[in-house]
Amino acid sequence: MPAEAFHEWLRREGRIVIVGASLAGLRAAETLRAEGFAGPLTMIGDEPYEPYDRPPLSKAALLGMASPDHTELPRRRDIDATWRLGVAAAGLDMAARRVRLADGEEVPYDRLLIATGVHARPWPKEDEAQLDGVFVLRTRDDAVRLHRRMKGPPRRVLIIGAGFTGSEIASACRNQGIAVTVAERAGAPLVGALGGVIGAVAAELHRENGVDLRTGVMVTGLEGDVTGRVRAAHLSDGSVVETDVVVVSLGATRNTDWLEGSGLGAGPRGIACDAGCRAFDFRGIVTDDIYVAGDVARSPHPLFGYQFLSLEHWGNAVAQAEVAAHNMISAGADRRPHMWVPAFWSSQFGVNIKSVGVPSMGEEVMITQGSLTERRFVGVYGYQGRVIAAVSFDNTRWLEFYQRLIETGAPFPVEFTTVDRRPEGRKPVPADFPDPSLPTHGPTVTLSGYSPADRQLVFTPARH
Amino acid sequence: MRLVVDLNKCQGYAQCAFLAPGVFTMHGEESLVYNPRPGTEQRERVARAVAACPVQAITAEGLDDADEEPVGAGREASDAR
Amino acid sequence: MTHASLLHRITDYANRANPYPLYEELRKTPVLHEEEDGPYVVSSYYDILGLLHDPRVSSDATNLTAAGADELSGPEATGLPPSFIRLDPPEHDRLRRIANSSFGPPHRPDRIDSMSGELSGIITELVDGFGDARQIDVVDQFAYPFPVTVICRLLGVPREDEPRFRAWVDPIVAALDPETRQRTDDDFQRAAQEARMQLGMYLAGLVEQRTKEPRDDLLSDLAASHGADGTMSMMEVLSTAVLLLIAGHETTVNLITNGMLTLLRHPEYLHRLREDPGLSVRIVEELLRYEPPVQLVPQRTCVADIDLRGVTIPKGSRIWLMLAAGNRDPERFRDPDRFDPDREDIEHLGFGSGIHICFGAPLARREAQLALAELTRRLDNPRLVEDPPPYRKNAVLRGPRHLNIAIDSVRS
Repeated sequence: MPAEAFHEWLRREGRIVIVGASLAGLRAAETLRAEGFAGPLTMIGDEPYEPYDRPPLSKAALLGMASPDHTELPRRRDIDATWRLGVAAAGLDMAARRVRLADGEEVPYDRLLIATGVHARPWPKEDEAQLDGVFVLRTRDDAVRLHRRMKGPPRRVLIIGAGFTGSEIASACRNQGIAVTVAERAGAPLVGALGGVIGAVAAELHRENGVDLRTGVMVTGLEGDVTGRVRAAHLSDGSVVETDVVVVSLGATRNTDWLEGSGLGAGPRGIACDAGCRAFDFRGIVTDDIYVAGDVARSPHPLFGYQFLSLEHWGNAVAQAEVAAHNMISAGADRRPHMWVPAFWSSQFGVNIKSVGVPSMGEEVMITQGSLTERRFVGVYGYQGRVIAAVSFDNTRWLEFYQRLIETGAPFPVEFTTVDRRPEGRKPVPADFPDPSLPTHGPTVTLSGYSPADRQLVFTPARH
Repeated sequence: MRLVVDLNKCQGYAQCAFLAPGVFTMHGEESLVYNPRPGTEQRERVARAVAACPVQAITAEGLDDADEEPVGAGREASDAR
Repeated sequence: MTHASLLHRITDYANRANPYPLYEELRKTPVLHEEEDGPYVVSSYYDILGLLHDPRVSSDATNLTAAGADELSGPEATGLPPSFIRLDPPEHDRLRRIANSSFGPPHRPDRIDSMSGELSGIITELVDGFGDARQIDVVDQFAYPFPVTVICRLLGVPREDEPRFRAWVDPIVAALDPETRQRTDDDFQRAAQEARMQLGMYLAGLVEQRTKEPRDDLLSDLAASHGADGTMSMMEVLSTAVLLLIAGHETTVNLITNGMLTLLRHPEYLHRLREDPGLSVRIVEELLRYEPPVQLVPQRTCVADIDLRGVTIPKGSRIWLMLAAGNRDPERFRDPDRFDPDREDIEHLGFGSGIHICFGAPLARREAQLALAELTRRLDNPRLVEDPPPYRKNAVLRGPRHLNIAIDSVRS
């Protein structure tokens, strides 16, 4: 069948299966229908719930503003799908084009979208992880359990890991007046994502809000009482923290186990795909019937030296799902690349933290507006003489200007004057990221793969 | 009603928190925290907030409908498994 | 020749009733610079939005160099210090945060929402006041007295003092008009300067009272401010109060009047609004795009060279941001000259954007929504008596001076 006719058939009666019924999966399904896909659509999700939003779980829900079991995503349109919820995908037969479910059933597809996301990295010592009072926070069930326990209230919460989620939970605890200790292996919170210069500001935020912040330490063990409830944690500096709730916040692992042996290019760092969201097989050959979107994907980005980026970003999940869905039912020339500029937000201790670009690529950082000591600023990251990222603390309205600097590969350091430029912001300083070879739970952007030195390309952002 | 705010787009203008204070609240100057499942009594306020958002970051479902569960609510039970 | 005169034609009163064809012409030269010491005029949606978020663009008139002193820096340079609308961060942010702490979230989240009943009461009183008249002036009998009453109550200024402060407000507002500013009439600028000082002194008396006997109003709160940002000085309180008093009604009167005029020109929406008062929400947003009460922002300058569409705007230049032209940019809005409250995407520039976005926007929205819904409900068979109506002089704060409409009766 010629390509034109094939895609016409595909749009009319092809079978599309989406594995992963969360943000990316839902938005992809809506895009497929919006673009005229009329065939049968199957949504597979391992959780028994219809698509729900996760960011409120570590924010509004813990602050009592939202019920953790009611964050279902609003629908943009009806998607007329067959839902297979509460049953995980267990395998993929690429040759026969079938997804095998955990209950043994097989679902055939003509086009497959994988949007299985990530899961919280559990506490590595299994017996300790089983103790009552030890939590992770990723799913609705996690949130309901943690929420119930927080109402106790606990005498002290211990949070292991001061990345964004850990910091947000600490912030919510303090907001509720709950004593909290945060243990972080690095020198400050958020170091993996934003570097040590900004991390120092985050550390002040923790301490000023009454968090018992312990940095440069590891939790070496959790101890339970006779009833199996957690009662204390042992730290690498020899100290002991008495606690009745432990939240393990050590980042996330990509949900790719089910693809083992399938022949797809999937592994612990995610599923490699091209800029059009088509998955690679394990030989590095691109498929044309399997697409990837959201946290589980890693794809090359022209603005960042064609490195493969894995992004655990809400906005990326939406944007990538839309591109993937469009490309799934479009012939070659109509396909679009996924060139979303990474953007991230966090809200903690009453401060709005946002970033654009890839801060962790930054060698140096300079504060172009505001001041670190006032905790209202814009910081710009430079990489090889170019602006690569920016971060704002309560200064978000300026950030889109810096996004344009990133998109156009503007020179770094930033020499021109800006309003609110302070003397200390005229010189770049080392951004102070940890050695990338050391394991960290922090970054929300992971880089891997090809990195040409030359990035003299013109990037024209799409306008509505 | 169901709500989601695209907090990448959100620039903390707080129009929603002015116009539907029971649903959207500011934590500090720019951080928005909201109830993703407000009650029907908030419908008019939420409609004002959605329209007023200077960056059109709020997606709401159930703004126009008389019943609480317009799309998808029964789906979990009927379509699942 | 046409180019050399375009800006003058836009500010020329003769074109006040319909400047939109001129804006369309203006957009053909997205960065217009007609005269050596004249402003750089920016008229495309995305360019305006970009500059409103560009940290190289300053609102502080003291940064003007290349174009010489700004006429507007005069009134602000002596007497009262500049208000936050004419300041950059961090001073702008500090003053605006303090002002906001008595006005909105996070400190006073319910203030505006809880005023709905009061706003409706004022509207009812004004519409009842039309009596048996068969012809009314929407401006003098409603669109002006309504927001004045609201801002007086909110600030804590006695409503009956309106004739007094009116005499000071008029010259201040007139001085915002670029046409006036281009005149070399020193007397005019001196009058504005003097009026601002007089208005400040009048408000100082009220602030002094409120310091002794605080009430639930903004003047009391501004005088007593003491949050994380410290207090405002007395002079800062007065500058802020002058700003809020003027901005609190001079723009809303245009929004409401433009609204009635537009609805009378598009009767299908008048009918739909009568059936569904909730439609006022979308109507007001589309009005802010289609007929924005603030047409342009003539008060920006750049602190670094800016390259835009192949034009270098040199550091220190004056920049005019033509909000009303951007709002009808076909690059951004489909069928931009059509009034269409049903459009999916009304991301207008009516309130500006960025850190200087209109401080009173939520109040203005509620005032206009309630006013238009209620006028529509109560006026029986309203018709325009003249179209176009006579306009106010001002090219910046553009709106009808009078809007005479005929009605069959006032419904109860």
